[in-house]
Amino acid sequence: MTPARFAYLRPDTLGEALAVLAREGEGATPLAGGQSLMPMMAMRMARPALLLDLNRVAGLDGIAVVEGALHIGAMARHATVLAHPLVAAHAPLLPLALREVAHPAIRNRGTLGGSLCLADPAAELPACMLALDATLVLANRAGERGVAAVDFFQGLYATARRADELLVRVEIPLSPGWSPWFAETARRHGDYALAGLAMMCRREAGRITALRIAFLGVEAAPRRLPEVEAAILDSADAAALLPRLLSPLHAEEAPAAWRLHLAQVLLRRAMIGEGRHAAA
Amino acid sequence: MPAIGQSMPRAASRRMVAGGGRYLDDHAARGEWHVAFLRSPFPHARFTLDTAPARALPGVEAVLLAADLAAVCRPWQTTSASFPGLVSPAQTPLADGRATWQGEPVAMILAASRAIAEDAAEAIAADWTELPAITSPEAALAPGAPLVHPGLADNRAWGQEWRRGEPEAAFAEAALVVEERLVFTRHTGVALEPRGAVAEWDGGTLMLRLSHQMPHQMRLHLAEQLDLAVNRVRVICGDVGGGFGLKMHVYQDEMAVAAACRLLSRPLRWVADRMESLMADIHAREHVVQARMAVDAQGMITAMEIDDLQGLGAVSIYPRSSTVEAMSLLRVVGAPYRFAHALGRTTCVLQNKVPTGQYRGVGAPIGCAVTERLVEKAARARGEDSWQFRTRNLLRADEMPRISAFGAALHGLHHHTAMDQAAALIDLPALRAEIAAGRAAGRVLGLGVAVTVEFTASGPAIYGPAGVGVAATDTVVVTLEPTGELSAQASISEIGQGITQGLAQVLADAVGVPASAVQVGAGDTASSPHGGGAWASRGAAIGGEAAWGAGRLLRTQLLEGAAALLQAAPDSLDIRDGAITDAAGVPRMTLAALARTMLFRGHEMPQGVTPGLSATYQYRREADPTLANNGVHAALVEIDPLTGLVRVLRYWMVGDCGRVLNPLLVDGQYRGGVATGIGEALLEACRYDQETGQFMSGTLADYLLPMAPDIPDITLGHVETPYPGSVLGAKGAGESGTCGAPAAVLNAVNDALAAASGGAVTEMPIHPMAVLRALGAMA
Ligand SMILES: Cc1cc2nc3c(=O)[nH]c(=O)nc-3n(C[C@H](O)[C@H](O)[C@H](O)COP(=O)(O)OP(=O)(O)OC[C@H]3O[C@@H](n4cnc5c(N)ncnc54)[C@H](O)[C@@H]3O)c2cc1C
Repeated sequence: MTPARFAYLRPDTLGEALAVLAREGEGATPLAGGQSLMPMMAMRMARPALLLDLNRVAGLDGIAVVEGALHIGAMARHATVLAHPLVAAHAPLLPLALREVAHPAIRNRGTLGGSLCLADPAAELPACMLALDATLVLANRAGERGVAAVDFFQGLYATARRADELLVRVEIPLSPGWSPWFAETARRHGDYALAGLAMMCRREAGRITALRIAFLGVEAAPRRLPEVEAAILDSADAAALLPRLLSPLHAEEAPAAWRLHLAQVLLRRAMIGEGRHAAA
Repeated sequence: MPAIGQSMPRAASRRMVAGGGRYLDDHAARGEWHVAFLRSPFPHARFTLDTAPARALPGVEAVLLAADLAAVCRPWQTTSASFPGLVSPAQTPLADGRATWQGEPVAMILAASRAIAEDAAEAIAADWTELPAITSPEAALAPGAPLVHPGLADNRAWGQEWRRGEPEAAFAEAALVVEERLVFTRHTGVALEPRGAVAEWDGGTLMLRLSHQMPHQMRLHLAEQLDLAVNRVRVICGDVGGGFGLKMHVYQDEMAVAAACRLLSRPLRWVADRMESLMADIHAREHVVQARMAVDAQGMITAMEIDDLQGLGAVSIYPRSSTVEAMSLLRVVGAPYRFAHALGRTTCVLQNKVPTGQYRGVGAPIGCAVTERLVEKAARARGEDSWQFRTRNLLRADEMPRISAFGAALHGLHHHTAMDQAAALIDLPALRAEIAAGRAAGRVLGLGVAVTVEFTASGPAIYGPAGVGVAATDTVVVTLEPTGELSAQASISEIGQGITQGLAQVLADAVGVPASAVQVGAGDTASSPHGGGAWASRGAAIGGEAAWGAGRLLRTQLLEGAAALLQAAPDSLDIRDGAITDAAGVPRMTLAALARTMLFRGHEMPQGVTPGLSATYQYRREADPTLANNGVHAALVEIDPLTGLVRVLRYWMVGDCGRVLNPLLVDGQYRGGVATGIGEALLEACRYDQETGQFMSGTLADYLLPMAPDIPDITLGHVETPYPGSVLGAKGAGESGTCGAPAAVLNAVNDALAAASGGAVTEMPIHPMAVLRALGAMA
């Protein structure tokens, strides 16, 4: 378990980092908290020719409200986001979810950007980005582009990021009147979820009038499920739709049938959590 | 105040906790080459290897194959008179042309760094031809099944039948017969410190550092396989970060390091990484058990029958044989209870999987789970409280010694005392009320109980007649230093269980010094005497006796010397708190003064008196092949009926390990053992792909160990029934927690399920999906 040979660069500025990416393309792999990348390198599942360490790049870890949106820098550590007052005020879904991410030592190093760019199907934060309707801002030497979270996650460990781009921040629209709900099931606390559900919804006069949901751990990548959301708005049994709509992942310890069952359980619990169906 | 029985922290704890442990990997040898292995990626495959591309890499010193090591290392093969007819092919350090388990080493790279060695392992051009692989034990026996090794008649490695009384008649006459098929999935031990080997060849002497439980045994194996005089081999096991039975065996990779060092006269280092550990350390406890129990109209057990199918892996592990687990399992079946008729069938099969071996508790956790599951079923079928059913059927203390229906020697077990203490500790009525209230409120709660009998501290009668070179006697050498402290060397090894602390306390009392003045070393064959090392929970029961004997001998010698100097009769003197005293305890001279005189001023000693500052004692227990101990376990679990997840809310264990040398050490072993057992019951599984036979649990993200939040508070109680056949009376404690916890958790889950849905689970570990199915919540 030692990494294959790699070259290493540790730029101080975003400009330098992007220049390296422009030059090296797929040969360069950004290093954020290293909590996923380093084990993958040790197992030689990841074999970057050049490791581009972002940890000294200035200005990538800010958290601020800018023009009606909460901006969180890609290099913001999980622990920082978890405890940040602006996040608590404007994106309280994130602390709910981050409590379930790994363990304190890993959260001290792991970053928001690393989690989103890795796009592990069982990770909490990608699903949260969908529920929060966030925009992921990618930069290359030519400039920045925003990608809606629904378009960013494209499959198992696959994202819309191009080889010459870095994720620099996410922008989460402020959403007064919306409330968060998050739950997941894992064999042990801190494990990647077998199934999880991130939800944001708005209530008017006790009725859900708008919502966004995304599962994690169930399918290859998180996605919105418009039929399910519509069924919830219609007070129909949305969980009953899931067997037809979901294509769950399968593993020896966590077979597809169980994930599907858990997804249904979570959706029903979310509804109870919102005081809607009394169904179990 | 005597040191024996005191809760003294291990002297080594401070150093360990502060990061001062010196494990295998902390020892570098000057000029060493690093080793990596190319291991078979397939469970069964023929292969040819072209090593030229690997050898061409800068920094690669050598790439060795089976034939290279065959020149210096003889093959080894497991045979045992205990297992007549055992089929287990010979092993060599590297597989030769055909690998029979995924992870079997096929080539060995020696390089300037581990990273380069791993690069080279990848660079070897390997041509694999996959062969049909057998992983499931049942498939191994199917007619026409592919063979694990060519030339076998079939995949059966060994089997036996056990019969006592008239089991058929007992079952025919029974008022009630309960039956169950239980499936136990393989798991493995996970030591913090992985296995490894650092080898040096110094002018005809091989020095091998290992992370191992039995340095002397390994020394002998190394001498035999490498054709060296045994006094030209030195094995050093320094700090060992956990053993659990993983580190008792002869492994191909460790032997390869020693052989390559012998071949090339170069210092070599290999330390397993976590992926190697999970795939190439022994696994354990893969069994399919069909069992039944006969009960008469009065609710007395009359007979038990068990049919056990064990998956051994590709070979039966050397030297002890993996089949020991099935024997150990059979011996435990029904052991706490009174019945006369027994029928047992054991079938052990070869598989294309890593070999299994003796792991904490060996077969006892399974034998206990099978027995206790049937006890629950029988009590339930009778509409009776299982506590009552147990109390009636448990052997009373006055019914021992006796031989159980499955042939186990039982003596000194106090089940009813332990049950009473457990009932008080649990506060059974209050807990039952709590469970009833919780259930009324919709919670799925269950209480599970298990009674254990465990056979510890094996004596010479176990491996001796089997013709297997495993030492069951142990030795302690103790020396009085000229400054008054005691230094000792034990053949028992220290693997993190803290036994050297226990031995220090015994030596302190045996001689008459404070425990803080005693230093006990172990693990280096150049200084520690011959003996068994760490296995079968023998440190206190056997090592303790050796320490006591050595300490008493030394005390006699010192009193003889002091008496001569003080012109007193030896029996008018005593040694207390590090000083020679008169009978009333008045100090006459310090031990330091005595030692100095004996060592530096010998001219002052009276004529003809040279008692010596060192004493050696080798302890051999002649009676009782093993020391039986007993315990009662109880687990309170809660099932989440929506997800199927099980949480152990509380746990109780009452154990009787005879005389407790140090409660801190025993409690630590009990708690750790219970944690091991809870992991076994709920989480830990070595999974294999059913079609390809690929190992699917190769990282700690896939192999689920229990973590701190998964283990509840564990409340402990002790019954102390000293073993009457020894001075100190200690029995084993290190595996007791593991023996009972899987059964207690299984029973607790099934108690909860019975109340909630009438369903049951019968496969371990208990997967949440099985729980959901038992609840009728999933198809
Ligand atoms: C034991 C353990 C348990 C864990 N449990 C969980 C869990 O329950 N839930 C969970 O979500 N995660 C879990 N993780 C993963 C952890 O959250 C990681 O920190 C996270 O997934 C990746 O973040 P990182 O900063 O460590 O990224 P790295 O490991 O450094 O990088 C991950 C990937 O993202 C790329 N990348 C990183 N930053 C950028 C960027 N700014 N732009 C472009 N590409 C980038 C890297 O090139 C790499 O491919 C666990 C990790 C461990 C070790």
